[in-house]
Amino acid sequence: MELKKIRNDFPILKRKINGKRMVYLDSAATSQKPKQVIKEIEKYYENYNSNVHRGIYKIAAEATEEYEEARKKIAKFINAKSEKEIIFVRGATEAINLVRFAWAEKLRPEDEIISTVMEHHSNIVPWLMLKKKGIDLKFVEINDDGTLRMEEFKKLITPKTKLIAVSHVSNVLGTINPVKQIAKLAHENGARILFDSAQSVPHMPVDVQELDCDFMAFSGHKMFGPTGIGVLYVKEEVYREMEPFMGGGEMIKEVFLTNATWKDPPHKYEAGTPDISGAIALGYAVDYLEKIGMKKMKEHEKTLTRYALEKLSKVPGIKIYGPKNAENRGGVIAFNLGDIHAHDLATILDEQGVAIRSGHHCTMPLHSKLGVSATARASFSIYNTKEDVDELVNALNKARKVFGI
Amino acid sequence: MSFEMYQENILDHYNNPRNYGTIENPDIKFHDVNPLCGDEYEFQFKIDKNGKIVDVKFHGNGCAISKASASILTETVKGKNIREIKNLGRKNVLKNLGITISPPRLKCAMLPLKVVKVAVYSYLGNQKEIKEFEKEWDKME
Repeated sequence: MELKKIRNDFPILKRKINGKRMVYLDSAATSQKPKQVIKEIEKYYENYNSNVHRGIYKIAAEATEEYEEARKKIAKFINAKSEKEIIFVRGATEAINLVRFAWAEKLRPEDEIISTVMEHHSNIVPWLMLKKKGIDLKFVEINDDGTLRMEEFKKLITPKTKLIAVSHVSNVLGTINPVKQIAKLAHENGARILFDSAQSVPHMPVDVQELDCDFMAFSGHKMFGPTGIGVLYVKEEVYREMEPFMGGGEMIKEVFLTNATWKDPPHKYEAGTPDISGAIALGYAVDYLEKIGMKKMKEHEKTLTRYALEKLSKVPGIKIYGPKNAENRGGVIAFNLGDIHAHDLATILDEQGVAIRSGHHCTMPLHSKLGVSATARASFSIYNTKEDVDELVNALNKARKVFGI
Repeated sequence: MSFEMYQENILDHYNNPRNYGTIENPDIKFHDVNPLCGDEYEFQFKIDKNGKIVDVKFHGNGCAISKASASILTETVKGKNIREIKNLGRKNVLKNLGITISPPRLKCAMLPLKVVKVAVYSYLGNQKEIKEFEKEWDKME
């Protein structure tokens, strides 16, 4: 598909902000949605809205079929062995919390979890909550170029290490972590491996079998789907180590007043009425991504990132965080400009129609490592263009003028 | 093009903050942080026996909006009686800044007021007023 045609699929990109074309550079927070996905949500509510897995009637069967079809599409998309390995959740945060409650509850005092200092809070806080159970947490540090200190994994891992939880792509530094290597190390030491793939699945080909991960968490809304839906991938053999953490309808086989039995996974972990329209729409978002092609997504973002790194590095006073080379990073660039606070930058850019993120991006420990309280962040998707990057650079130069740097 | 929030007045206070620094042996001092953006300020006061603010200084780091707001606030409170701080509110701060603050930036503009209020209320032993202002603060978005 041509870029122009792709941009036309995203109605919101026609919006004007302060009389200027909106330049949306915050896809790492949430992606925009193509009309093909928006239409499917409308279609569900207008044509076959009904609860799944229960009704005998026609539209209930249609809803169940579409819901389960979405699960199959997602399984195929990340090359899971079976759709049974796909659990629908609200988003990556809930996916990681599901692992914390359904799998990590069985951990014993002095068991260890290894994570990294570059993680999003969603891959730190659930593990911090286990500290009161006596679980030890260890964090791998980063090098100056924003890559993980890989040698530290080997130093930190012990027979007591039960889980390594690491982001696939950093939502601030853009670093693509060597997750396959980390998974290998975890498995050689009898630990499970969890990838926070919220920033990778929407942007590059991801193959759970090739990476050999046990858990993978990602959000639908960052990959052209709606908010409120996400995925936890669980390698089928790992289900043996898990117990449901939410009880209720949909997840049971039989209920008596003395006990209950559970459905098989993945339904065992989907208590209550799920986000049916969200799951179905996410299935169509996957169709849309596959139509573009994940290799093309990655290539396009890499080209933009290379261009942006080159252009941005010429802006006087700028400090860019993370790997300098576009080959090793996703389409996320965090930076600061002189001593202008990131919030001031974001406001000045907004006044020019350029939407970027500012703050700590849910990575306070990483920001304290970087020695700053906030950064500005531009992030890309397939609908962004070199002109968008030029607009960003122009807007930054105007900010320099305003602040006299 | 003109920038709505970054008027000359704001940038002037940001680049040349008034009453910036510290006071030797202050009667009141208080420091607070907005963890969301890392803005942090300390305010120090010298109070005479009648409760008049005879000197005020602030120092810290933050965005242009919060720093300008802090600078302007020192000018507002200097010479006032500490009991008058109760009458200072969000409206006064916005009026003195003289710009339209977008909702996501409201807390930037109000952080200095929070520091001043908690400092003075603590000094006066008025826990109820602190709680009331903190409630108002939580609603600012």
